[in-house]
Amino acid sequence: MEKDVAIVGVGQSTFVRSCGMTTRELCYEGFAEAMQGINLKPSEIEASIICSAPEYDKQRSPAGVVAEYLGLIPQPTFYVESVCSSSSTGLRVAYSMVKAGLYKSIAVVGFQKMSELSSREAMERMGRGADVVWESPFGLTMPAGYATYATAHMNAFGTEEKHMAMVRAKNSSYGMLNEKAVYRKKLSVEDVLNSEMITYPLKKFDCCANADGSSCIIVASKEVADKITPKPVWIMGVGAANDTTSMSGREVLTGLKAAKDAANAAYKMAGVGPEDIDVAEVHDCFTISEILAYEDLGFAKPGEGIKLLEDKETYLGGKIPVNVDGGLLSKGHPIGATGGSQVRTIFRQLRGEAGDIQVDGAKVGLVHNIGGTGIYGNVTILGV
Amino acid sequence: MGFERFGVVSFASETLASDFVTYLDEGKLMATKCTKCGAVSFPPRMQCTSCFSTDIEWFDVGEGKLATYTVVKYGPLGFENDTPYTLALAEFPSGVKVFGRLDKAIAEEDIKIGMALKSSTVKLADDRVSYEFKKV
Ligand SMILES: [Zn+2]
Repeated sequence: MEKDVAIVGVGQSTFVRSCGMTTRELCYEGFAEAMQGINLKPSEIEASIICSAPEYDKQRSPAGVVAEYLGLIPQPTFYVESVCSSSSTGLRVAYSMVKAGLYKSIAVVGFQKMSELSSREAMERMGRGADVVWESPFGLTMPAGYATYATAHMNAFGTEEKHMAMVRAKNSSYGMLNEKAVYRKKLSVEDVLNSEMITYPLKKFDCCANADGSSCIIVASKEVADKITPKPVWIMGVGAANDTTSMSGREVLTGLKAAKDAANAAYKMAGVGPEDIDVAEVHDCFTISEILAYEDLGFAKPGEGIKLLEDKETYLGGKIPVNVDGGLLSKGHPIGATGGSQVRTIFRQLRGEAGDIQVDGAKVGLVHNIGGTGIYGNVTILGV
Repeated sequence: MGFERFGVVSFASETLASDFVTYLDEGKLMATKCTKCGAVSFPPRMQCTSCFSTDIEWFDVGEGKLATYTVVKYGPLGFENDTPYTLALAEFPSGVKVFGRLDKAIAEEDIKIGMALKSSTVKLADDRVSYEFKKV
C-alpha cells in the first residue's frame, strides 16, 4: 500500500429532517468535528472543495460563502458535484491535488439542506437528475429508476420483495445505535413489506429519507499527516466511472455498470480484491441498491447477493459487514454530504474507534457511493 | 421548434432531432442511424461521435419486448394526477432500448418482462404528444 495521501480527520452533522440552520452553519457542524483532535488550524488548510447538488440551493455558487464562513479563505475553494456522490468525487479530486503536490492539505466539505423543499419538489428535482430531454417527461423519479433495476433483478434471479425488506431490517438494527441518524426505529421485514407502495416493487421503507446534513473529510500529504495526527488513514484506491444518464443507454439492467467499473479501478489501484475488504459502506439509497452493490463490488456473484443477506454475512460478525452504521436507509441521505458520512464511518472503523459497531481488527475498508440512478460510480478503498 | 410539445411535462423546447415529434404525429416511433458508420441511437441524435458524421437517417423501431418496468404510485410535481403509471424500458431488434410508458390498459398482473410490445403515439391535452408501448 502506498502511504502518501492520508485522511486525517472526518466529521458529520447530525442528519435531521429540518436542521434549523443556514447551509453555512450546517457545514460548520461537520467541519468542526473533522478538525477535532488534529493539530491544524483552518488558516493552515491550503484549499477547500465544497460538494453538493446545486438544485437544492437558493445560494448561487455556494462554495464561496461556505469557505468564507469556515475560515478557509483566502485559500482557494471550488465546487464539485456528481449528485448523490458529490463528496466522493470531491475526495477523489482532493486526492489528485495532494498527490500532484499542488496542496498539502484540503478540506472536502459536503452538504445538503433539503428541508427548504417539499417532498414532491425534492422528487421533481431528483427526477431532473434523469435525462430531462427524453426521460423526465414521462415522470421518471429516482425511486422509479432503481425500481426498474429491482424488477429486472427479480426477473433474472428470483429475488423477492422480502429480500429487499431484509436489507432495511438489517440496516435499521444498526441505525438505532447511530445518534447521528435521522431514522432510529428498528423495522422488521413485515414492517417494510406492509408499508405504502411508492413505485413497484419499492415501498416506503425500501427508500431512504431526505435529510439536512453536512460532512467533512480532511485530506493531507504524508508529510503533513505525520505532523498533525498519530493515526492517519491512507487512501489506497479511488475508482470512478460513468454510465449513460438515459435508461435507454443501459447495457446491463441487473446491476450498476458504473459501480462495477469504479470498483475494478479502485481494487486495481489499491492492489486488493473484494475478499480483502473487512468492512464496507455502500450506497443503499433504496434496499435493492445494497443487493446490487454486493454483486457489483464482487462480494457475491451476480444473483447471489441475497444469499449474503440470508446467511447474515453482511451483519456484524459476518464475512463482510456492510452499512453497520445504518446506511443511507437509517442515516438519511443529504445528497452532497452522504459520501463524506460513509468515509467517516470507515475512518472510525479502521482506527478502532467505531464503538458498538466496531468490526474487530478492520484494516481495509471500502466506500461505494453512487450519483443518480447508477450514473456516477465512485468506489474508495481506505487502509491502515 | 415543436419539441416543447413532447411528453406530459417537458423540460426542453428545441433539439436538432425535433423531427422525432413530427414522426410521432404520424404515429411512428423513430430512432436514428448514422449513414456513414451505421451507429444506431435512442435517444435520437443528429451528431455521431463514433465517426463525426452529421449525415443521419431515421428508422422505425418496430416491434420489441419488455426489458424492465416499474409501476409508479407516487409521482413527482406535475404528475400527481397521472398516477398510477407504468414506466418501461423496451428493447428492439436493432439493439436500441427505448424508455417510455406502458399502455394503462395492460393490467399490472399481466405485465411480464419479455412480453412483446409495439409502440403507439399518445395524443395528450393542449396539443402535446408522447408515445407508449402496447401489447402486440
Ligand atoms: Zn457515425
